[in-house]
Amino acid sequence: MNAAGFPLLTLLTFLPLVGAAFILTQRGEEEVVASNARWTALWTSLIVFGLSLILWFKFDKADAGFQFVEQLDWLAEFGVTYHVGVDGISVLFILLSTLLTPLCILASWDSIRMRVREYMVAFLVLETMMVGMFCALDFVVFYVFFEGVLIPMFLIIGVWGHSRRVYASFKFFLYTFLGSVLMLLAILLLWFRAGTTDIPALFDHAIPPSLQTWIFLAFFASFAVKVPMWPFHTWLPDAHVEAPTAGSVILAGVLLKMGAYGFLRFSLPLLPQASADFAPFIYVLSVVAVVYTSLVALAQENMKKLIAYSSVAHMGIVTLGIFTFNVQGLSGALFQMLSHGIVSGALFLCVGVLYDRVHSLEIARYGGVAKIMPAYAVVFMLFTMASVALPGLAGFPGELLVIVAAWKVNPWVAFGAAFGMILGAAYMLFLYRRVAFGKLTKQDLMGLLDMSAREKLVFAPLIILTIWMGVAPQSFLSFFQASVTALVARHEAALGAARLAGM
Amino acid sequence: MFVGAVFFPLLGASIAGLFGRWIGDKAAQLVTITCMVLAALCGVTLFFEVAFGHAPQTVQIMNFVDVGGFEVSWALRYDTLSAVMVGMVTFISTLIHIYSVGYMSHDPSRARFFSYLSLFTFMMLMLVTADNLVQLFFGWEGVGLASYLLIGFWYEKDSACNAAMKAFIVNRVGDLFFMLGLALTFWTFGSVEFDTIFGSIEQHREATFAGFPAYEVIGVLLFLGACGKSAQLGLHTWLPDAMEGPTPVSALIHAATMVTAGVFLVARMSPVFEYAPIALAIVTVVGASTALFAATIGCVQNDIKRVIAYSTCSQLGYMFFAAGVGAYQGAIFHLFTHAFFKALLFLGAGSVIHAMSDEQDIRKMGGIWKKIPATYALFWIGSLALAGVPLFAGYYSKDFMIEAAFAAHGWTGKYAWFCGMAAAFLTAFYSWRLIIVTFHGEPRADHHTMEHVHESPPVMVLPLVVLGLGATFAGMVFAPYFIGHDWQAFWNGAIVNGPANHIMHDVHEVPEWVPLAPTVVGLSGILVAYIMYMFVPSIPGKLASAFRPIYLFLLNKWYFDELYDAIFVRPARALARMLWQKVDAGAIDGVPNGVASLAVDVAQGAVRLQTGRVASYAFTMIAGLAVFVSLLAFGAVR
Repeated sequence: MNAAGFPLLTLLTFLPLVGAAFILTQRGEEEVVASNARWTALWTSLIVFGLSLILWFKFDKADAGFQFVEQLDWLAEFGVTYHVGVDGISVLFILLSTLLTPLCILASWDSIRMRVREYMVAFLVLETMMVGMFCALDFVVFYVFFEGVLIPMFLIIGVWGHSRRVYASFKFFLYTFLGSVLMLLAILLLWFRAGTTDIPALFDHAIPPSLQTWIFLAFFASFAVKVPMWPFHTWLPDAHVEAPTAGSVILAGVLLKMGAYGFLRFSLPLLPQASADFAPFIYVLSVVAVVYTSLVALAQENMKKLIAYSSVAHMGIVTLGIFTFNVQGLSGALFQMLSHGIVSGALFLCVGVLYDRVHSLEIARYGGVAKIMPAYAVVFMLFTMASVALPGLAGFPGELLVIVAAWKVNPWVAFGAAFGMILGAAYMLFLYRRVAFGKLTKQDLMGLLDMSAREKLVFAPLIILTIWMGVAPQSFLSFFQASVTALVARHEAALGAARLAGM
Repeated sequence: MFVGAVFFPLLGASIAGLFGRWIGDKAAQLVTITCMVLAALCGVTLFFEVAFGHAPQTVQIMNFVDVGGFEVSWALRYDTLSAVMVGMVTFISTLIHIYSVGYMSHDPSRARFFSYLSLFTFMMLMLVTADNLVQLFFGWEGVGLASYLLIGFWYEKDSACNAAMKAFIVNRVGDLFFMLGLALTFWTFGSVEFDTIFGSIEQHREATFAGFPAYEVIGVLLFLGACGKSAQLGLHTWLPDAMEGPTPVSALIHAATMVTAGVFLVARMSPVFEYAPIALAIVTVVGASTALFAATIGCVQNDIKRVIAYSTCSQLGYMFFAAGVGAYQGAIFHLFTHAFFKALLFLGAGSVIHAMSDEQDIRKMGGIWKKIPATYALFWIGSLALAGVPLFAGYYSKDFMIEAAFAAHGWTGKYAWFCGMAAAFLTAFYSWRLIIVTFHGEPRADHHTMEHVHESPPVMVLPLVVLGLGATFAGMVFAPYFIGHDWQAFWNGAIVNGPANHIMHDVHEVPEWVPLAPTVVGLSGILVAYIMYMFVPSIPGKLASAFRPIYLFLLNKWYFDELYDAIFVRPARALARMLWQKVDAGAIDGVPNGVASLAVDVAQGAVRLQTGRVASYAFTMIAGLAVFVSLLAFGAVR
């Protein structure tokens, strides 16, 4: 059946739902229910993570095709099947989702006091949606999960968020949903033409260039908002600022990757001609994203907003890498997505540590924290440095590969991308300087406690991963090597065929 | 041993950094110093084994990245060039660790300090032993991080935090170009590993980039990267500010090791630079200008460490112009001797600051030479070496570089010679100005401070003595190998001089007065300093008021900081604010928000449409149906 011997991906996808259902059956005293909900959610997500490790060990890195495939009839008369599987591009994102979920649950342990049961349910449902989205191999299944992600996230921001949570959650929902509707139209069109929504089958279905343009634009509307690319990014700072810490972690860690994943999974292989045509346009948007949002980040006075803008800049590197269409660029983009998932997630957790103590996100409220929270200062410094792409930490290999790849395409594009290195250092160090360095003068900060054992436990895996990805990136790059090479080869073949046909 | 020389410091840094709070300061110091001594033993042994035993070697550690032909691995490359650097770095760093035990004895977070120092040493060693550009960049940025942490060591001081940020960000400007140079190198040679690059130099000579020879562009980009790290004209502004860090840091990072990384890079890439004459000309001109420019500023500064910092900047300029005229060996030799005497001067300055109860302004010193005789004597040795007085270390290397500039062809060499000579005069002048104002004359400190002036403890003086020996003899002993008649056997191909480059030979053919000239100029600089500050101390004041604009221009460091503030920092901030508040929150966010409020208006309008009259609903439905049918009929849907 597949390498695991049992329907692993289905289990990974729906096991969280089982946990969620169990939590919903809990009745009784509020404290007890809350405690049960926390532990159930933690154990469910830990089991899911444990199971997902099978992917790490059993995944065949030499195979460029889909593995762990499961296919069941679903809506046979419409050519829709329940089809899941992973290849080198998606496999690590499933691991990223299953890793971040237990960490988020652990990070919300004490900070969420209201409606704990519903909060945990929302997180488990979110995990189902994320995992399902990354392993879907049918457009309808994909679309269901892709949109399904919005619902728990909408609730997490809207219910457990901060003061302007309703505005932010509606903005988040409507913005991303509007784009997706256009994608639905594109999917319907593809289904009309090919009679199937099976993704691997569609890869072999050639689409005439004129139509590719329209489909590309429809996909672009959806993915560009999700990434988010400049100028569709303004929902992100608001969503981040209002979301609870764990919500921000998932938002930055996984949800932002969905757009870029969509480009990689659909736009490039299905629409090679349109992708090539639109590449210069994407370069411009990406470079603008890097330079513009880095500058905007420099002016921020709110910690979460600053990191949110830095995310947009980092995702600019990702979209740039994807549209270079060469092995270095695609690998670098994928690596950057993973490392950004870890690093920006960790940075939001760092902000959360302070927020839990002081209940303020204003940078000016802090200063001199390093004096009383030395362990925290070290952790924060580590992730700050990873974020500015210091070699030896997770942020560097991706950025290096993308810049090298971009140079091949156009040196000025590479220059723009690399310019983010300077600005990135400026805004991150400026943030760190204002929060951690300086003299400790504010009275109420003097009594802050350093990180608790639970907080250290949350950071430990992220620290290990950050250093591991920085020192031995090849152990991650090797996962997507074969798939990326195949993707690039197919892209070039498709363009070559189109050129021949045009002659 | 190859691995030990590099990784012992990392071990020490990790133990002191992670467990420093549990094992205590004493243990942390002990661990880091033990590790450094072990590393130095390995490093110095390797220096003799590799450089004199002619046994270059590369130790593979593990694969870093291998993506579509972009292959990079962690590896330690030991050839003569690396061995010289490894030996020098581990040796000097060990001395500075030991010195710090005394210097930092009153600081509450010593474990952190020693951890940073060792971390820095590790990064520097990774830099010099890199066998590809990516690993070199790892060390390159790593020393940047360590220097950021060390400059900002006293993070409660605002000035220290700002200086640390400035150092990191200005370095990043250089790193941007390094990164681009790396990218072009890869697309030119298909590799970033030194062996592959140097092996295929001939094959790719005709390669062009945007109409320019690719080697020239690579050379210029890498040199711009080197400018950031080595504080060359334009990107030098961080170095004087970096003096906010503890003095041993200034000695280790901002004199002996990190700032020389740029010179090392140019020497390492010598096979490429040899075929990039324009890039070399740029290196020469920038280096020579920096040598002179920094020396002029050094003459009027009043902070003891800043004078030495500008002196470092100036000496780095010397190294660059030597490399620029093709005498890389001379540049590295000066780097080597400079490490001894500049570390000596910095640590000596630290000893003075220690004695003066943390006073750094030389106008508030004076009359202390009898109270701290050992420091005074060692300061003399350092200055003699710096000024290039015969038989001291600096004499051999500096004379060689100035002669090389004279021997070089073209106007750039002549320009470098002129700047080098002028700077040699100024160097001697500001060195003795520093000695005289600091140690001689009437005591200008308050009574309380003067009572406390004391010689430093042995743990600080001993490293100074060792460095003093180096500053005295390193030139004499090593000159025959680095630049003398054994140079070819010694370097063993680690530095490449192109077939047309005969500078190593030509240097010995210059007219007789040329080797003498720097010495004469240097001695006259000392003499002028004596006249102005010892015998007729009223001259400096009169000169300053007579040429007030020039004096202010120099005192304010040619207004570089103000200039950059006006053209980069403030516009960037204003732009950032404008983009955020006007463009982002105004224009871009205005669209969805505008649409949202429009939707609300429309909805309110739509409410009015719901009149409840069946007839109007029916009419609307029919109209809609009509439109739909006609669209279908004309085939507009599919």
